Amino acid sequence: MNFEAVKAIYFFEMARMKRTILQSVVSPVLSTSLYFIVFGAAIGSRIEEIDGVQYGAFIVPGLMMLTLLQNSISNASFGIYFPKFTGTIYEVLSAPLSFLEIVLGYVGAAATKSLILGLIILATAHLFVPIEIRHPFWMVFFLVLTAVTFSLFGFIIGIWADNFEKLQLIPLLVVTPLVFLGGSFYSIEMLPEFWQKVTLANPVLYLISGFRWSFYETADVSVSVSIAMIAFFLALCLGLVWWIFKTGYRLKA
Amino acid sequence: MQNAISISRLSKEYDTGFKALKGIDLDIRRGEILALLGPNGAGKTTLISIICGIVNPTSGTVTVEGHDIIKDFRAARELIGLVPQELHTDAFESVWATVSYSRGLFGKKPDPALVEKVLKDLSLYDKKDSQILALSGGMKRRVMIAKALAHEPKILFLDEPTAGVDVELRKDMWQLVRGLRENGVTIILTTHYIEEAEEIADRVGVINKGELLLVDDKNELMRKLGKKELTLDLNEALDGLPDTLARYELGIEDGGQRLVYRYDTQAERTGIGSLLADLNRAGVTVKDINTEQSSLEEIFVRLVEESR
Repeated sequence: MNFEAVKAIYFFEMARMKRTILQSVVSPVLSTSLYFIVFGAAIGSRIEEIDGVQYGAFIVPGLMMLTLLQNSISNASFGIYFPKFTGTIYEVLSAPLSFLEIVLGYVGAAATKSLILGLIILATAHLFVPIEIRHPFWMVFFLVLTAVTFSLFGFIIGIWADNFEKLQLIPLLVVTPLVFLGGSFYSIEMLPEFWQKVTLANPVLYLISGFRWSFYETADVSVSVSIAMIAFFLALCLGLVWWIFKTGYRLKA
Repeated sequence: MQNAISISRLSKEYDTGFKALKGIDLDIRRGEILALLGPNGAGKTTLISIICGIVNPTSGTVTVEGHDIIKDFRAARELIGLVPQELHTDAFESVWATVSYSRGLFGKKPDPALVEKVLKDLSLYDKKDSQILALSGGMKRRVMIAKALAHEPKILFLDEPTAGVDVELRKDMWQLVRGLRENGVTIILTTHYIEEAEEIADRVGVINKGELLLVDDKNELMRKLGKKELTLDLNEALDGLPDTLARYELGIEDGGQRLVYRYDTQAERTGIGSLLADLNRAGVTVKDINTEQSSLEEIFVRLVEESR
């Protein structure tokens, strides 16, 4: 195992985050704060409690997931797309690195960044609404697994994309709608029965539901199903990454 | 002498069907400077990219100090430093950070003293905290070289190192290359400037259309393929050649003022002695004599044309 190289990639990527702190940290915190002001304070005060949880607090896990998903994907996809775009990828390919080590470096850094971000958002939310975490272990479990899984997914997008438009395509057109319609801001019980069934096809629902359960013990679907779902995504992304490196897809001629 | 790199029947066909390499066999000796000459699109970069692990070969094998580049890629790649043709740089990084990063990628522990030395050797040290995007093209080229040297490679690939480089940097670079060779580093450079190969290489390989036309000791190559030209300036212009001189196939230039004789330096008899004697007998007096060896460039052009 080439630990020095994993370390080098990891810290190189983390340094990029430090350099772009406005874009990487301040902007998501600001937008989340805006959500709290609008949905939590302004509108939220007129919405009744959901399963005994104040609305402002109810949306915290969903908002964390929203940020986590979006940032994991954008961090990881950009992290690997940029060297492809500038051509510096030649160095990573010519280094004595296995693909596992490349993934560890890039995905590890991207996941760390979004984890840090998720925790900052949690702290920010704490200023606005009372929060309790009933199952801290499972909370961390969902947080870490989601960050890793969607960083892997972002990595795949970054490899697949051969222009900036494609890089934005999936996060904008697929992930954002799935997150908004996956119960970030509401419980699916609030929906008509038909739409409840449709929502069950949205994979993000299971992540948000499980994550919210770790906070308030209230969930749309059973926790074990949520755990199974995240494990399934993780396996799917790992499989895809394995295939990419085995075939050299979009990396090696 | 043992080989640093052995290439055997190496072929590459891209997905488009383009055959970039057609069965290359080449042994690169430890400690030599090998120049690969060839026109654009000859396959030089593809060859280097395969050895360095950036492009997958279609068939054939390559070993680096006995390590197969695929089965034993770690051991093989650790030995190699690559300076690619294009200036690919992390624009927003500092020189120091990007060179240290390269060292880490190759699995070497951080060594600030070594990075400092590499930067000083390349006259980059006073720019170590500059962002790369603020550097000139020549400076960026130096950064690329520093990155390739940061992990102390035993084999260095320089792909078109002097493309777009000014005289000073070129001189610095050759000095660096010679210094590296003295330390036992094997150097492979590609170029389409013949003078470069002539100036610095020990051996020269000529590639065209994915085929290695020849590889030989530079001096040997020039001797083998080199024709010499003997120019004779005459005291009085000749109207025509006397019959006794017909067999020399002389060229007449300058309105009969100059005779040109081409001969093969490898031939048992160059014919110079008898030519001069015959000239004397025919009453032609010579004012001045000059000989010239054909350059590597002419040899190269001839080879490439023959392979068409």
